[in-house]
Amino acid sequence: MALTGSRGSAPPPSREAEPMTKTELATEASLTVVDWIDERAQLSQGLRWMMFRKVPKGINWAYTLGSATMIAFLNQAVTGVFLAMYYRPSVTGGAYASIRYINDDVPLGQFVHGMHKWGASVMIVLIFLHMGRVFFFGAYKYPRELTWIIGVVLLILTLVMGFTGYLLPFDQRSYWATIVGVNINNTAPFIGPYLGDFLRAGPEFGATTLSRFYAIHMMLVPGLMAALIGLHLYLVAKLGISAPPWLKAQEPEVAIEKVEV
Amino acid sequence: MTSQVSKKLQMAPEPTDKSSKYTLDRGMPGAFEGETVTRRRFMTGVVHGAGGMAAAAFGLPALGFAIGPIFQRQPWSWQIIGHPDDFVETVFSTKVITMVEGIGDAGKTIAYVRKRDPAIDTEPHDKYNNYIALWNRCMHLGCPVRYVEAAERFICPCHGGIYNFRGEVAGGPPVRPLDRFYTYAPPPGERGHGYVYIGPPYAVNSELKRFSPRDPAEPLDGIGQYVYPPRFDTPTLPSLKDLPLPPAVPGVGS
Repeated sequence: MALTGSRGSAPPPSREAEPMTKTELATEASLTVVDWIDERAQLSQGLRWMMFRKVPKGINWAYTLGSATMIAFLNQAVTGVFLAMYYRPSVTGGAYASIRYINDDVPLGQFVHGMHKWGASVMIVLIFLHMGRVFFFGAYKYPRELTWIIGVVLLILTLVMGFTGYLLPFDQRSYWATIVGVNINNTAPFIGPYLGDFLRAGPEFGATTLSRFYAIHMMLVPGLMAALIGLHLYLVAKLGISAPPWLKAQEPEVAIEKVEV
Repeated sequence: MTSQVSKKLQMAPEPTDKSSKYTLDRGMPGAFEGETVTRRRFMTGVVHGAGGMAAAAFGLPALGFAIGPIFQRQPWSWQIIGHPDDFVETVFSTKVITMVEGIGDAGKTIAYVRKRDPAIDTEPHDKYNNYIALWNRCMHLGCPVRYVEAAERFICPCHGGIYNFRGEVAGGPPVRPLDRFYTYAPPPGERGHGYVYIGPPYAVNSELKRFSPRDPAEPLDGIGQYVYPPRFDTPTLPSLKDLPLPPAVPGVGS
């Protein structure tokens, strides 16, 4: 009701006499609150623009991969925030001990940690499937090039998340994987050695390397990603969804006629 | 005077010279005598400048904070690894040494140390390589190599890098020989005589020529040394004057 724009309308006079049921009262109360907010913020307009878009004929389940990736990102964000409540980025045993504590002692800790750990892989897989869908459907072409470019930046940032997150449990595997990963960064000509020093916070894996990775993993990159996902979604809504490539193009007149009828 | 100003504000003067630097000549509404930048434009500039300065005030220190370690110097010191009698030419001794203080096992690494054998160690001899100390860090991507006695080879578990007795690449993906450490055994009469000290690491190219410390995966032959430049501030060899001595054992000697 609120989204269709009937705000503050009085109940019909015929029902004035009989008392409202509890359900009706509750509905009316919540509508009043929603209407009060919408009268000031006018969010329903933007929501309608975002949610009730025209989509081309013939779209299928492959078109949901982008939304699925976003849900995976939200899963990572929410589980990550709660993992941060217990995690300690301490090199001298604190990090590994806090992961052990999360897995062994915190209620649902192993589940939330597992959601974060496996969700990371799921997100990478979904991103590549989504990218493949966009590529093979030709959906990156004009006017959607900017959406594609932002998507590629998001892919790189997701890989950065995977790389920085891998160190955090601070067991043997994550330590040596990070050593190898940083040294792969070192192989970039000219800037490589400085990139490695930046990542490690010095020439050797040191006291602040773990906290640096933690800060990049939980603050720097997620903020960037959230902003870019917003821009990505705005462009998707603004430019509309491309039709599947096997759909025959209609004559413009025919299409317009159909819309008007 | 006041009436003159208000008169000028009300009616824009006729543009006399479009290319003039004075707003009055260009016929700007509200122009003043001798004014070259309109007040609107000046205000825009001030707001942008103030916003930029405010952003730079926290942005630049934060950036310096993040990239500062690139310019930092790694502190190095001499560490005792044993007595001269502990080392022989034919067998490597495994020595755990501390690379970064205060972070426990993550800051420790291993040096394989043996006495210099003039028959096989043909690189130039000086007082810093009487004992050959090889770093166990693989030059492919930094995994820890181990010495396999039967094969007389260093073997890396990650991607199969192999090095010979001198630390030269014998096979696999490594791009240069194993890094080495400076070692020093003070002669009689000098401070620390009777101990073998291990100092900072250095990189070597395939001819075992010394280079400042580099990360793994950075070749030093041919153009490699230019493609992978050294750190801005490489550590200098610590002084030999104040070598650390082991803590005195209670009840022994003075």
